Amino acid sequence: MATITINGTEFQVDAKSTIIEAARANGIHIPHFCWHPKLSVSGNCRMCLVEVEQMPKLLIACATQVADGMVVKTKSERVIQAQKAVMEFLLINHPLDCPICDEAGECKLQEYAYQYSVGYSRFEEDKVHKPKRVPLGPNVMLDVERCIMCSRCIRFSEEIAKQPVLTFTQRGTHVVLTTFPGSELDNPYSMNVIELCPVGALTSRDFRFKARVWEMAATESVCNGCARGCNMNIWTRNNEILRLTPRQNEEVNSSWMCDYGRLETFKHVNASERLSGPSVRVDRELRSIGWEETVSELASELRGFRKNEIAGIGSAYATNEDNFVFQRFIKEVLGSKHLDLLPHVIEQVEDDLLIKADRTPNSLGARNVGIEPSSGGLSASGIRNAINDGSIRALYVLEDDIAADPEWHSVLQKLRLLVVHSAVQNATTALAHVVLPASTYAEKHGTITNFQGRVQRLQPAVATSETDRRMDGLAASRWDKFSSKNDRWGRPVKFDARPSWRILVSVAAALGTRMKYNTAEDVFGEIANVVPVYRGMSFARIGSKGVLSKSSPVPVKT
Amino acid sequence: MGRDNGKMIRTKDLTFWQKLYLPEVFKGLSLTLSQMFKPKFTYMYPEERFQPPSSFRGRPILVEENGVERCVACGLCSRVCPALAIEVQASETELEKERYPVRFEINMVRCIFCGFCEEVCPEEAIIMSKEYELVFSSQEEAIFGKERLLTPAEQVRERLEFLRNSR
Ligand code: SF4
Ligand code: SF4
Ligand code: SF4
Ligand code: SF4
Repeated sequence: MATITINGTEFQVDAKSTIIEAARANGIHIPHFCWHPKLSVSGNCRMCLVEVEQMPKLLIACATQVADGMVVKTKSERVIQAQKAVMEFLLINHPLDCPICDEAGECKLQEYAYQYSVGYSRFEEDKVHKPKRVPLGPNVMLDVERCIMCSRCIRFSEEIAKQPVLTFTQRGTHVVLTTFPGSELDNPYSMNVIELCPVGALTSRDFRFKARVWEMAATESVCNGCARGCNMNIWTRNNEILRLTPRQNEEVNSSWMCDYGRLETFKHVNASERLSGPSVRVDRELRSIGWEETVSELASELRGFRKNEIAGIGSAYATNEDNFVFQRFIKEVLGSKHLDLLPHVIEQVEDDLLIKADRTPNSLGARNVGIEPSSGGLSASGIRNAINDGSIRALYVLEDDIAADPEWHSVLQKLRLLVVHSAVQNATTALAHVVLPASTYAEKHGTITNFQGRVQRLQPAVATSETDRRMDGLAASRWDKFSSKNDRWGRPVKFDARPSWRILVSVAAALGTRMKYNTAEDVFGEIANVVPVYRGMSFARIGSKGVLSKSSPVPVKT
Repeated sequence: MGRDNGKMIRTKDLTFWQKLYLPEVFKGLSLTLSQMFKPKFTYMYPEERFQPPSSFRGRPILVEENGVERCVACGLCSRVCPALAIEVQASETELEKERYPVRFEINMVRCIFCGFCEEVCPEEAIIMSKEYELVFSSQEEAIFGKERLLTPAEQVRERLEFLRNSR
């Protein structure tokens, strides 16, 4: 430990830390562009200059280690003058691009220009022009004029993503960020440079020009792309998801997300092939009918089978609440022992940073709440064989496209009754006799359990036809708050879908079993009572960062 | 008149001449008579129409130059609009400006003609016109899209010059 004084206050700090780290640990912000807690120190932007007593010149706080008795000033006249000078240099050649720059509204340079700059320019000469709209790879676009040469992107690619393809060429004001000839920024984590870039030099090709940041509302949630469960924010405008960005959680994903998670896990929520309203197959055609008719028809169909003729397939894509109610439904309401789920594992994609081979967000959770055959019941492959030989004639599938697997596809046609909960049209709904539209992870409350055993919260970011953004407390932007039915933007697309657990409660009721759940929190309350590894947990305790359950089968590693 | 403990109290009495009533009536009529011989302000609308000066804030329009809108879809007008009348959806263009509005809608039922959008626009792309004749037969009709907003720069020269001079 070392004792240092910052702006007149004494602090006990780690003797190995730098001034910027020590200040940060004590809630003192020292402005910086190139320094980042997760990257090596580069010390090139000069924005973090501070005054240290006994030192003739100002020092950069990011590369100066603390020493016992050190007296640091971060707001003295000399420091303020230095900050103004650094900002002036940075802005000399910076383009007046804010109106067309996606970073505007969340730009460090913009913010610092207000906080630490003089507010006007003395520069009258022509600005240096550099390449604009340069694709660096499949997902990242570069605008060299906006780059302030902090090298964060270069360091991230080298140190974290382990793909050293970025570099600077030229010198002075002519420095250009570029990829080495013949290479592209195409690693699985490439899009993290977008948030790392303190300016709008690196932007998302997918999100490009879709919305201004102040028009969107952000909802804290968890990625459903694999068993890691990276913490993220869902950004919506007009009830549509526009982008996903990582949310820091040191126990799970540090500050990162993979490109797959960012790009491939939300488009189906907005998609036109979403199912809206339940449907029942009549003469080979799926016909939309109301919820009540569907549920009562389904109940009477289910009554026509003997207990051991029915089987259930749970889902590692669905929440703990959905799976818990599902296993009760199959075992208690339908009285079947045949219950299992299908794993979705792709070994090749796993790496040591984030990406897991298990491509589902909740396989551990689904197992924990009881998605497994009862004693004497059949597992997934057993169920498949039993359908094939005709001893199982009805199958109830929770949120999984099992027909995408050719082995399942061929046997499903033999079923007398196939019931599916699904958010989108897929191979399984094409074969189903009853299709129940399920809310996606972005439309409901619930929990999922990642590969570490960490229970994390999902929250609705998108309203369905039965929820209202304001009344149900979803995050709302200014546009959401003040829309009226006379505005085109006040009439967003809403799908008629319900959380699976709630659909199951209504089917159970039609079959004469009352399950007393009104909210996902009620269901989780019961899970916390009856599932030992979740004992004592609640939505409030899980909070925004999750809670590690005792089921933890894999040691914590990020 | 004043009020005291809920009772009305007369604080000023009418004068003798006011109480007589008729002299006051003639005073009023003489004012009317004198106005009849002064120049008239009335416009014989719709045959005769008011031509506003260039400082007038009529309905906002989008300036079109060389066949395209000046607007870069930055959304600042939409953000500053106190009535939330403007909706902008940006998209990418091959032109040097990179972005343009694929959709630009002003809900004229919301617009309060404050001119904030004109003031905030970095491109002088949205300006207040001289048009004040706005009639709609439905809410839907009051939402003006690009087709009704785009106006060639030549037609709004006066306002553009006025803005430049008053800066
Ligand atoms: S990087 Fe920041 S300051 Fe530069 S144009 Fe973009 S928003 Fe403006
Ligand atoms: S592109 Fe961004 S992150 Fe990379 S050096 Fe330039 S400013 Fe820094
Ligand atoms: S690593 Fe997994 S959880 Fe994290 S962003 Fe990628 S797909 Fe999502
Ligand atoms: S402020 Fe100007 S440039 Fe920006 S969106 Fe509005 S009209 Fe277009």
